[in-house]
Order: sequence, then structure tokens, then C-alpha cells
Amino acid sequence: MLQFLVRRLIVAILVAATVMTLAFILTRLSGDLAISIAGPNATQADVEAVRKAYGLDRPLTVQFFDWVGRAATGDLGESYFFKTKVSTLIGERMPITITLGLTGLVIALLVSLPLGILAAVRENTALDRVVQMVALVGQAMPSFWLGLILMITLGLQLGWLPISGTGSWQHFVMPGIVLAFSAIPALTRLTRAGMIQAMGSDYIRTARAKGLSRASILLKHALRNAAIPVVAIAAVQLGFMLGGSIVIEQVFALHGVGFLAWESIGKNDFPVVQSVVLVLAVIYVALTMLADLMNAVLDPRLRGP
Amino acid sequence: MTVMSVTAGPKRGWKSISTWIGAVIVGIAMICAVFAPLLVPHDPFAQDLSKRLLPPFWMAGTNPDYLLGTDQLGRDYLSRLIWGCRISMLIGVTVTVVSALIGITIGVLGGFLGGRVDDAVLFAITTRLSIPVVLVSLAVVGLLGSSMTLLVLTLGLLLWDRFAVVARSTTMQVRNLDFVAAAWCAGCSRFRILAGEVLPNIASHLVVVATLEIALAILLEAALSFLGLGVPPPLPSWGLMIAEAKDYMFFSPWVIVIPGVALFVLVMGINLLGDGLRDLFGARTDP
Amino acid sequence: MSALLEVDQLEVNFGGRVSAVRGASVTVERGETHCLVGESGCGKSVTALAVMNLLARGARRSAKRLAFEGQDLTGLSDSGMAHLRGNAMAMIFQEPMTSLNPAYTVGSQMTEVLRRHKKTTQRAATDRAADLLARVGITAPGLRLGQFPHQLSGGLRQRVMIAMALMCDPKLLIADEPTTALDVTVQAQILRLLAGLQRDLGLGMLLITHDLGIVARVAHRVSVMYAGEVVESAPTAELFANPKHPYTRGLLRCVPVPGKIKRDEPLGSIPGTVPRIGPGFEGCAFRDRCDFADVTCAHAIPRHAASVAHDFLCRLPA
Repeated sequence: MLQFLVRRLIVAILVAATVMTLAFILTRLSGDLAISIAGPNATQADVEAVRKAYGLDRPLTVQFFDWVGRAATGDLGESYFFKTKVSTLIGERMPITITLGLTGLVIALLVSLPLGILAAVRENTALDRVVQMVALVGQAMPSFWLGLILMITLGLQLGWLPISGTGSWQHFVMPGIVLAFSAIPALTRLTRAGMIQAMGSDYIRTARAKGLSRASILLKHALRNAAIPVVAIAAVQLGFMLGGSIVIEQVFALHGVGFLAWESIGKNDFPVVQSVVLVLAVIYVALTMLADLMNAVLDPRLRGP
Repeated sequence: MTVMSVTAGPKRGWKSISTWIGAVIVGIAMICAVFAPLLVPHDPFAQDLSKRLLPPFWMAGTNPDYLLGTDQLGRDYLSRLIWGCRISMLIGVTVTVVSALIGITIGVLGGFLGGRVDDAVLFAITTRLSIPVVLVSLAVVGLLGSSMTLLVLTLGLLLWDRFAVVARSTTMQVRNLDFVAAAWCAGCSRFRILAGEVLPNIASHLVVVATLEIALAILLEAALSFLGLGVPPPLPSWGLMIAEAKDYMFFSPWVIVIPGVALFVLVMGINLLGDGLRDLFGARTDP
Repeated sequence: MSALLEVDQLEVNFGGRVSAVRGASVTVERGETHCLVGESGCGKSVTALAVMNLLARGARRSAKRLAFEGQDLTGLSDSGMAHLRGNAMAMIFQEPMTSLNPAYTVGSQMTEVLRRHKKTTQRAATDRAADLLARVGITAPGLRLGQFPHQLSGGLRQRVMIAMALMCDPKLLIADEPTTALDVTVQAQILRLLAGLQRDLGLGMLLITHDLGIVARVAHRVSVMYAGEVVESAPTAELFANPKHPYTRGLLRCVPVPGKIKRDEPLGSIPGTVPRIGPGFEGCAFRDRCDFADVTCAHAIPRHAASVAHDFLCRLPA
């Protein structure tokens, strides 16, 4: 198990290094950054000054290794637009994105687990088909559009929830619901499949032969085993949700990391853009490792003899 | 011990109905996409500020010439919707072709050759999954300027992971089958075995993945266009239509309801068809 | 006093298409081992599952009488049945490798039964679990209680299953091919253990097996099943000495008995396989494989009594 984790850690570092390279190449694709930073009215001398000031006059390889070396120590550089450290900027915005992601994940689990269990217990009935339909609908729903529709209905017409901003916990409910939609299909299907498999297993027959209550059979014996892949995928889904929250943050004007990246793209603020890509990638890799760890906690067979 | 499972009767019927619904939706979308220039009742780009925000046919004060009303610049909404379908389908299909070429090549090589090559393939898949798709596509389009070609290439380069995963695992299964071993023994070359034995046997799985990818690409294109960094205006992408209409949605909700529903129905139709094909082929598409 | 378990005219079918059990009758007396023998697919496991009401969804069960200690089981609610299962009637299965929940420790799975059915503390339940593990021949029971199923061998797991079944002092133990999946040496140990427990605890045991060697060693009474019917039932010694039904005779010919069978003489076998019986089938199900079959075998077959405790289902006379 420890050996496995060490290997995963090495892979994680390699992934981070690859993503750094790609992010660096990506931001250099647009040609001469100094011109775009200096702005349209800049003179040749201004551009030269900018180029010197930001170290863009150095060879690309030097710039790259400079960035990698600093990033390894946690220094992600300085934003051209905000004139502050990128790490500070991301640190300020991250709580909003994480809150949004966790809200989405919690809502997704609260919906998918009961739906999946219900569908499995009533396999091949009308209820099962309704649940599978819900999963299909969730998969086809454009998240930004759902966000707008919720703003019109829940926000404007019913007045239940605030339309945008981050003032209170209510502000996170609508974006959370929208974000949850992206994870609900996969989690519901997985719960359903896992429960069907578990309910047909020999140990569930044993549990029934022991005269256990239906609740104990379903929730203690079957769900515990069905949940193992669900938990792992939930962690990975959280990673996707954090990466995908950029659209929802924009719709609901939540000033999280995604919003920051969106603003920075518009301003050619490439240290911010490449850092956000890197940070999100590292979080994703960390979450997959967390999923492996949680698997080991839930499945005693993975802990070794 | 003998336990016979009872297969439920109605599921089959239901499944075939939903597959047919999907097929019909996809069929209509394809007709709209191919024959858009012939089908549009008005020029989708012609502005007429005297006819701004006309409501669709089910509302009061509608103009029979404009079945689905007009947008904030007085352009016919139905025509823009049909044209938007062409753009969605075009992007969905081309992105999937690009990503399929990349993903299938990588996946088949990893699954067929195994060993170091396979390790590298797995690493590539992990790296790809860790990259936030929306953010990176936004950054590329934002830094290089929006164009259809760039959008297709970017999404194609980012969405090959599921092709690779499925191609890899199914190739591994096929490689270990008896008839492939027989082909080895008969002295067939690697290329012959790949093209003649492996690819035909994993094709059905890949077709199902392709439907999922087309749906995903269409949704992503809409999201990027919505954020203003997808298809360049004035092209009527559905995502762009929603973004442009956003300022008017509180007073005339239909301006976002119509393109949104179209987007939802198309993606749903593709998924229904994909689901039906999956059952038909008995294909596996989960990683 | 009524018998421990009475099964009269049990019928089980799956979705109305396949009849797995067709009017089988079995009676288990208190403190007696009753063996149910037959080929795979003859409905013996289904009979056991039907008694416990553990049949898969889609299976339908009906019986003229299905009673445990005189209490009717057919009319019993699901929760009423659940209070009997694991409590007064317990069951162990063929597959020890998969019959324990991989996610919980042996101890937690054992104590759970006792705490469900009896008022007791966790402490007392753990003590009883440790006692029973020792009773079924597991050394270091304290250690085993904290282990997970995957850390135990198949034989150990089957011992755990047996100990778990005994947690609530059952009166009836149903054992569905408990040794089939185990190594030959372990099979003998488990069988000896079951026989010893049955004798010492005065259990009524319904033992399902296809192994006549097992029957000869542990059974008080034997019922032979074929295609969902009990074709012959008799005390063990009588059945081996005086088998009446052609199928029983065929089965016995397949077993090598030292002294009775000459060296180099081929063992007997019954050609063909158990047919699948749909609804509306009439006559003897064995007639296609039987040396004595004639046209009358296609009609209703009478049940003969060879002696007071010995009956069989065949047109041949006693």
C-alpha cells in the first residue's frame, strides 16, 4: 500500500511537471507578450521597458526554468494586472471555489445516493426507468443555461434565493445545484450498478439468512460495499467540478478562482492563467490520490493481509 | 445452486422507443445542419431594429412571419436556431473526429503493445484528465483569438481521453482472444492484426464513445461561446445566442429558453441514441 | 408434539416458466440429521432457500404445509420470518469465500446476529462469539474476531459461518452443500465438526449434498430428489440396504463401496441429464433415463410405502 502511494506520488509530480510545461507553452503561443501587456497605445520604448521589467527579453528556456524553479518553492510570480503575488490572489479566491465545489458535491451525493439505491432496489420497474431518465437529463443539461433558468425561476419569480454574489450561504445554493447536475448522472449510475451487484451477492444472502432488518441489509451491508467506487469517483468528480466551476462562477458572479482566470484571460495576465491551470491540475491529482486512500479505508482487502 | 433471473419484459420495449426518439432527434438535427441554407425562412444574419424581440408564436403580439420571434437585433430566431444547429453539429462531429484520431491511436498502441508504451499511455491519460478543459480552451481562444478552426483543434486535443481509455481496454481484451493468437501464429504482421483483427472488433465500442463525445463537444462549445470565447459572432451558435440574450431574459425569458431547450434536446437525443447503440452492441464505455 | 420442520407439497417456480420444485415433501425431526441428495439442478438448494424464504426475486413459492415447530411459515410476514431466521433457524452456504461481507470484521458480523435477536450487550455478544469460534475449532478466537474475511482461508471462513449460525442457539440448521467448495482434507474436518455439533447441541439439521459418502456418515434420514420431486425417502440404513426407486439405485451404483465392488469393474453411471420441467408436466420425470420405463410412466405416478418410514415414487411395486 505504501509502495503504491509512493508510486502515485511520483506520477503526481510528473503530471504536475508536464502540466507546467504545457501551461508555459500555452501562454507563449500568442506571440510577443510584451506588446499585449503594454497595451495598444504603447510606444516602441514602452514595449521594450515592459519586456525588460518582466524578464521577457530572456530566452524562453531561461524563462521556463525560472518559472518552474519559483513554482516549486510556492512562488507563482506576480500578476501583471493586479500587481500582487499570484499565490495571494489564488489564495484569496480559492475559498469561494472550494465552497462552491463542496456544496455541489454534497448536493450531488444527497441526490445520487438515494436515487441510485432506490433504482437498484426497484430494478427494472417504472421507478428505475425514471431514475435512469433523471441521469440522462442531467447529462444533457447545459450547466450555464440551467443556471440562468434557475435565476429566472427560483431567484426572480419565486424570490427564494439570491441571484448573484457571495454574501451568504444562500448564494451558494443555486450554483451548487447547477454544479451538482454535472456529477449526478455518473454518481447515480455508479450507485445503482454497485447496489445491484451487492444485492445479488452471497454476503447479502447471508445477511438475509441472519434475519437482519431490511434497513441494515441495504444500508449497512450492501451500501458499504457499493459505496467504495462511488466515493472514489466522487473525489475525482470534485476535481472536475472545481475545473468546470469557471462557467458557473461567471454566470452567478462568484469571484472564485475560475472567475479570476476568466478575467485574467481577457487581460492577457498570463502568470495568473498558467498558475490557475497548474493549481487546478495539482488539486485534481491530489484528489485522485485521496480517492485511493479512501478506497483503502473503505475496502479492507486493499489494506493487505 | 440454480437461481434463474427473471428478465423484465417492458424494458426492451422502452429501450427501443427511447432509441428511436434519439434517432429521430439526431436525424432532424442532421437535416437542419446539412440543409440549413435551404431551410431558413429568413437570413439569420439580417438585422431589422424595427422588429426587435418579437415574441414566438405561442405568445401575444406575435408576427406570423417570425415563428419563434426575433432577437435583440431583430434577427429571425428560427433561422438563427437552424443555423446554430449546423454549427453545433459541425463542431460536435469535427471535434470528435480529431479526438477519435488521437485517442484511438494512443489507446490501441497502449493496449496492443503493453509494457513501457502502455505506461506512457496511462500517464498521458492521467495528465490529460488533470487539465481543466474549459479553462484551457478559454485560454487558448482568448490568447489566439476566436475562430472555428482553432476551437475545433483545441477541443479535439483535449477530449481524446475517453477514446483512449476505451480503445486501450477493449484492445487488451481483443488481443488476448483466440482468433488474434491464431492470426499471430499464421504469421500475420502487426499492422495486419491491428487493422484486420483488432480495429473491427473494438469499433462498436468506439462508435458508442463517439456519440458521447459529440454530445460533450456540443455542450462545451456552447459553454465556451456563452463565455464569449467560442464561436466568433455574428455566427449564431446556441451558446452565443444565450449569451447575447442574457440581458433580456428577465423580461422575455423565451430568448434564452428557445436556444437552451434546442441544445438540451439535441444532446439528449444523441445520448439516447448512444445508449441504444450501447445496448445493441453490448458495448462497455465506462473507464 | 409436531416435527421441527414440516414441508408438504412445496412448489417453487421462476416466472411461471420453470418449475424448480414440484410438490416436494420433507420432514425434519428434532435432533435428527436429514439429508437431501440429488444431482445439481434437482431443486434441493431451492427447497432449502424456499424454507428460509430467501429465494431470488421473481421466484414464487407455495406449499400445502410449511411449518416450523408447528408454526405456519407461508402466512408469516417478512419481518416475522426475519425474526426466525438466524435465530431459531439458521443456514450456512456452499460458498464460504463470498458468503461473508468483505467490509466488516468477523467479530462484527457475528455479534450482529445475536444483538439483532436477543437482548444482550456488545461485550457479552463478543464473548459468545469468541466461545463459539473456539467451539468450531478455531485457535486464537480473540485474534480472528478482529480480522476481515479476506484474511482467512476457505475452511476457516466456513467455520466462522457455522459459528455465526450457532450464535442464537438455533433449533434447526440448514446446511447447503457446506463442504463442496473446500479442499478434500478440509471437507472431512468440516463434516466431522457439523456432525459433532449436531449431536452435542441436539440440532435438527437439513443437510443438502450430492455426495452419498457424506450421507452414509452423518444422516439419520435421507430424501432423494430428482427434477424437483422427492422420489424416495427412508432412514439411511434402509435406503442404502434396500433402495426402491430406479434413480436411487442408479445413484448408489455410482458410489464405490470397498468390498462390495470388485477391482477393475467400471463404476455405474446414469446416462443423460436432469430435464428442465415446465408447468403442466405429467408422469415420471426420470422415465427418459430409466431402464424400467414403459408407457404408463407418462401418467400420474403413485407413491408407494415400502415400510412405515420408507416411501418412494414409482410405478414399480414395492
